[in-house]
Amino acid sequence: MQEMMAPEAPATSSIPRRRGRAIVVTSGKGGVGKTTTTANTGAALAAGGASVVLVDADVGLRNLDIVMGLEARVRHHVLDVLEGQATLDEALVTDKRVPSLRLLAAAQTREKDDVDTNAFRELIGALRDRFDFVLIDCPAGIEKGFANAIAGADEAIIVCTPEVAAVRDADRVVGLLGDERSVQLIVNRLRPAMVRKGKMLSVEDVNSILRLPLLGVIEDAPDVIVSTNRGEPVALDPASPVGAAYRRIAQRITGALSEPPAIPRERSFIEKLFGSHK
Amino acid sequence: MFEFLARFFGKPSSSATAKERLRLVLLSDHLSLAPDVVEALKHDLIEVISRYVDVDAANCDVTFEQQEKRVAMLANVPILAMRARPMPRRTTPRKPAGTAPQPAADAPANGVPRAPGRAKRKRRRQADPSAPATAGLSPA
Repeated sequence: MQEMMAPEAPATSSIPRRRGRAIVVTSGKGGVGKTTTTANTGAALAAGGASVVLVDADVGLRNLDIVMGLEARVRHHVLDVLEGQATLDEALVTDKRVPSLRLLAAAQTREKDDVDTNAFRELIGALRDRFDFVLIDCPAGIEKGFANAIAGADEAIIVCTPEVAAVRDADRVVGLLGDERSVQLIVNRLRPAMVRKGKMLSVEDVNSILRLPLLGVIEDAPDVIVSTNRGEPVALDPASPVGAAYRRIAQRITGALSEPPAIPRERSFIEKLFGSHK
Repeated sequence: MFEFLARFFGKPSSSATAKERLRLVLLSDHLSLAPDVVEALKHDLIEVISRYVDVDAANCDVTFEQQEKRVAMLANVPILAMRARPMPRRTTPRKPAGTAPQPAADAPANGVPRAPGRAKRKRRRQADPSAPATAGLSPA
């Protein structure tokens, strides 16, 4: 921890700066899109000019490097830093597209119980001194990995899909996050056409239960799968409507956009016919 | 078209089913009321009501409803026929009617929660034996 705490030049500028914001991206349930949300929100924040570090807290099942397309560049991971095997600078991977975006990968061959909660909190604190935003990708579940991931964060983004199990788990996680953290909601994988036909819970249905400030709504779109296949965050694709939704989320986080998220509607027949989708 | 017909004939949409399931599961999460406890409560409730009226036990429905900051229990018990005389109680009677847990002070005296709309109450007034009776118990 010694070298980590040493005063170093901030990632992007040398003027004294206030501490960055640590935001944990969590959901309770697995498979709702936490990692994709972390990657895209972080990419959008960095593309907007902020210095951002993404921390993969899913020790044992590391995925964030894959979604970011940075898996080949990872040399060291979180536990190497915590155990003094590598310095923070050695472990931070710089993004290929956005230079102000860094990644701190999780250990793939270790377990969540190997991480000391206090040490992880200190690590997040050290990162906050160097970056505007520290985005923590929380593992599924509410055990040790969850406790570690939320320890250093004073803000949380709940990712929830319009499903009974996801809403139930999100409700539980909101309770566990406590009152001292500011918590916002991203509804992920919405299908407006299904909502209209009464075949999917609506954003209003989900948030009538969770009652959280709505940070954004992400449609279930093929772009996300295609970009994940390529390891390119869809948030950096100027042509993608979902990418635009992530960029608006980033603007809401920085305060650049105050207007609340619009609920995606079903595209009309004409729009589908002449749609901009590739 | 099929969907339209299904909706017309009262089949709930799957999102409505999801909403209902979510409501119930969160209710038991929050009250730490396990599903088997709810089942047991329903069973006992039907048993008590059956002493006075003939009920359609197979079609009884006990639900909990969130009303702002509190939860009300709603029992929908279809009545098949009135009994001429209440069946004897199995346990020693303490006091006649009114010994049921008293609703909270702000609840109406008859125990029916305020939230259910007129329709439900109307149905109750009609003496049609096939009409379900709606009874509310004390809010949590």
